[in-house]
Amino acid sequence: MLFLIIKRILLGFITLFIVSLITFVGTEILPGDACTTYLERQAFGEQLEACYRRLGLNVPAYERYVSWAVNAIQGDFGYSLSGEMPIKEVLGPRIKNSLVLASAAIFIGIPIALILGIVTALWRDKLPDVAISTVTIFAMTIPEFISATLLILIIAIWLEWLPGIVIVPTDVSFLELLPNIILPVIAIAMIMTAHMARMVRSSVIQVMASEYVQMAILKGVPYWKMVFKHVLPNALLPAINVVALTIAWLLGGVVVTEVVFNYPGLGRLVIESISNRDLPTVQALAIILASIYVSINLLADLMTLMLNPRLKTLQIRK
Amino acid sequence: MSDIIQKVKNLSIGFKSKKGEEILILKNISTKIKKGETVGIVGESGSGKSTLALAMMGYVKHGLYTIGGECEFNSSNLLNMKSKDLEKIRGRKIAMIPQNAGQALTPNLKIGYQIDEALQLHSDLSEKEREKKISELLNKVRLPSPETIALRYPHELSGGQQQRVAVAMALAGTPDLLLLDEPTTGLDVTTQAHVLELLNFIAKDTGTSMVYVSHDLGAIAQVSDRIIVMYSGEIVLEGPSRDILKRPIHPYTHGLLKSIPKLSLAGLPESMPGSQPQPGIIQSGCSFFDRCNFSEDKCKNNSPQLEFLKELNTSVRCFNYEKLLKESQVNQNVNKIKNNSKDKEILNLSEVSISYAKQKLLDQIFNRISDDNPTVKDININIKKGETIALVGESGSGKSTILKSIAGLLRTKDGFIRFDENRNLSSDLKERNPNDLRIIQLIFQNPDESLNPNHTVEEIIAQPLKLYFGLKGEELNKNIIDLLQKVRLGEFYMSRYPRQLSGGEKQRVAVARAFAAKPDIILCDEVTSALDVSVQAAVLNLLQQLKEDFGTTYIFVSHDLAVVRAISDRVAVLYQGRLCEVGPSNDVYKFPSHPYTEVLLGAVLEPDPDIKPKLVAEDIVEEKPPEKGCSFQGRCSRILGDICKKDIPPWQLTDSGNAIRCHIPIKELQKEQF
Repeated sequence: MLFLIIKRILLGFITLFIVSLITFVGTEILPGDACTTYLERQAFGEQLEACYRRLGLNVPAYERYVSWAVNAIQGDFGYSLSGEMPIKEVLGPRIKNSLVLASAAIFIGIPIALILGIVTALWRDKLPDVAISTVTIFAMTIPEFISATLLILIIAIWLEWLPGIVIVPTDVSFLELLPNIILPVIAIAMIMTAHMARMVRSSVIQVMASEYVQMAILKGVPYWKMVFKHVLPNALLPAINVVALTIAWLLGGVVVTEVVFNYPGLGRLVIESISNRDLPTVQALAIILASIYVSINLLADLMTLMLNPRLKTLQIRK
Repeated sequence: MSDIIQKVKNLSIGFKSKKGEEILILKNISTKIKKGETVGIVGESGSGKSTLALAMMGYVKHGLYTIGGECEFNSSNLLNMKSKDLEKIRGRKIAMIPQNAGQALTPNLKIGYQIDEALQLHSDLSEKEREKKISELLNKVRLPSPETIALRYPHELSGGQQQRVAVAMALAGTPDLLLLDEPTTGLDVTTQAHVLELLNFIAKDTGTSMVYVSHDLGAIAQVSDRIIVMYSGEIVLEGPSRDILKRPIHPYTHGLLKSIPKLSLAGLPESMPGSQPQPGIIQSGCSFFDRCNFSEDKCKNNSPQLEFLKELNTSVRCFNYEKLLKESQVNQNVNKIKNNSKDKEILNLSEVSISYAKQKLLDQIFNRISDDNPTVKDININIKKGETIALVGESGSGKSTILKSIAGLLRTKDGFIRFDENRNLSSDLKERNPNDLRIIQLIFQNPDESLNPNHTVEEIIAQPLKLYFGLKGEELNKNIIDLLQKVRLGEFYMSRYPRQLSGGEKQRVAVARAFAAKPDIILCDEVTSALDVSVQAAVLNLLQQLKEDFGTTYIFVSHDLAVVRAISDRVAVLYQGRLCEVGPSNDVYKFPSHPYTEVLLGAVLEPDPDIKPKLVAEDIVEEKPPEKGCSFQGRCSRILGDICKKDIPPWQLTDSGNAIRCHIPIKELQKEQF
């Protein structure tokens, strides 16, 4: 078991290494560099040289990669170009904001998704299922930029209950941020919840049709005991991985929603730094997003392994 | 009337088709189960036997509903009972033993918990007492070390053990009626015989009534007092089990018994043509009319009623049962198979070993396999042109593994596979040339999985023709029709998809596909085990016919010794990947010589209440072959002592050319144990 965890963590680091290489090579291949972008029309002669020296771009690429990687491991991603400030400081509040948005969506969305999925499965083809399924399919199909815009129009502009777009400084305190995130959270949670509810529904239905559930019924196990003991543990196992991917997707920045609401999260930072050709920041973001995906998937796999007795013995035997 | 425990009255169950028509799965069924009796319900798949058993617990599957009638237990109808009240009956008064215990035990709950759950629900025992009871129950179903088994998860047990746990779980509520839905199907022959013996013991010990549902007349014959034969959702024959098996007075049962291969008869049984009508097809006359050998004009338009014959204590649904009454016994005619094997050797396995061991990095680099104790070892067989050689053994005996290696799907560790005396077949599929691939074709066990569901029959058969012979257009078409005719399917099957075919028809398409390549050798992997008995005989006859026409060689893998007896010229008995005995099938079956062969033959279930299985050895499953000595030492009842544990036994030849690998001298072996 321990061996497996170590192996997976090692594999995770290899993945991150490859991601970092690809982003580094990618940014190298692109025409122009940080200095030409920064200096724009002044990018020649003395000034360019000085800039290169200041940013350390005057050494060969592999050396730059090594020093960059060594620093990155220590959490130092160098300097952002647009603000001329350490990327660390740019990222910090953005990550915090994204975390706030993501955790709000997760804590609201996942329980609702589970409940809806289970209810629709247990009352399959009956009124609750038909009603909820219609709504979830509807919520799934509306793109978030439309639902977000509609939310702004109705709740912020017509009803004037909540702010429509976020116009607060990036490093605002949590309490001040709170009223601002309600609408983005609703917009994100709608799609996420709908997707997950559909998945949970089909998984529960599949388990309900299994022979062991039929056996439990024929054994005289009362309905709700059967649902909680025999159905849900088996039905929700496959959901763990989907939940993990959703969380990673949320943390990685829900780009469209953040842009519509002008929310200062990671997603908007991605867009901003790409359009500003702020390559060091793009590099840092790629690494951070990749590590989020890798670590959350690792966690999910380990959790499935712990909860599924089948996989557990299989691994130990190997 | 108090001795009747379950009464089924005019029960009809069905579903609504897409067009809104009511389609019946069970048609007006009435029967009674008495206290303490064991009733066997037998029928082909789709005859409604499982639906009937489930209805006896007040359970109707999702999608089906009760159209009329009642299932009365203790004078209350289970089919309109509230689920609260049903929960008190299920598991406590009526318990179910499922078909596939591996699927029917909840995967995330420990064995002990699952039995404890039944005890909690259906008894007032305290926690301590329940713990004791769990051990008692596991002991009763003869599971070793109950305390450790209780802590295991279902997937950590073997198939036979899982089935025993299911029995223990059903007994937890001390039910008055046990329903068994194919409880031994899917188990090994030896395990099957042991489980049946256990069930017989429990029936006697507890006085529980049992309803035993199975397609296997052999199993039914061993347990039941009374038999109900179902066909197309109706009861066609019901009576004392001995009479039904010895003198069946319904043509369907008569034909069914004739189509079952028997150990005592070498040769292929007669097949019953046709197949059961699909539910929803409305027929004016008798549902068995198309397949009946005794039918008359009136059978076509009038459906016979179930008629009770007092003197025989039997109910029968047939106008012409009297004709069958006159036939005193089922006269089984078998077509003796012609042994058309030539002297020429076509395939030679020499010193073949196959390993499933995971390869270490070093071995991977050097592209070698290192395993001192491989799954299959020392296989030496010469296969002659035109013969049918059968590989038999329990699951884990390596029979399918050998087949895979011959097909090139699995690399051999050591040894050679030679075709036609001198051509070495590479053990790696990628290195075989197209002609090597063509000469060996495979037919798989389950045609549902081996035929691509998105291809029509035409496309399925066309593939090998295009691949190996480059046929196209008119010629391709002609060849496909020709092949279909050879497997007795009409031209109109070409445009059909596998899902539109019955099980037997699908297997025929698979046979046609194999023959399309004009192979020299066909590997048959349990080709009839997924089929109904009546269809099985037809497929076996077809295979034999084709073999005689084309001179093909068959390597036939099966766990069913009676089927092997019917079709094969030679038999090789395998245990734990090592050969035990090789010889002409007549001799292998006549003189049960190797102790393992004896065990296998003893466990065969025959559809005859007078032939009881002999249980020689325990049905323990060993995880891997012993490292030294005889492979069968762990289970052998005739073990001599240290010599069996130390030395690999020598090959001994009998007069008839039967080779046996055992330390016990031939003379000693020829004395039967019983």
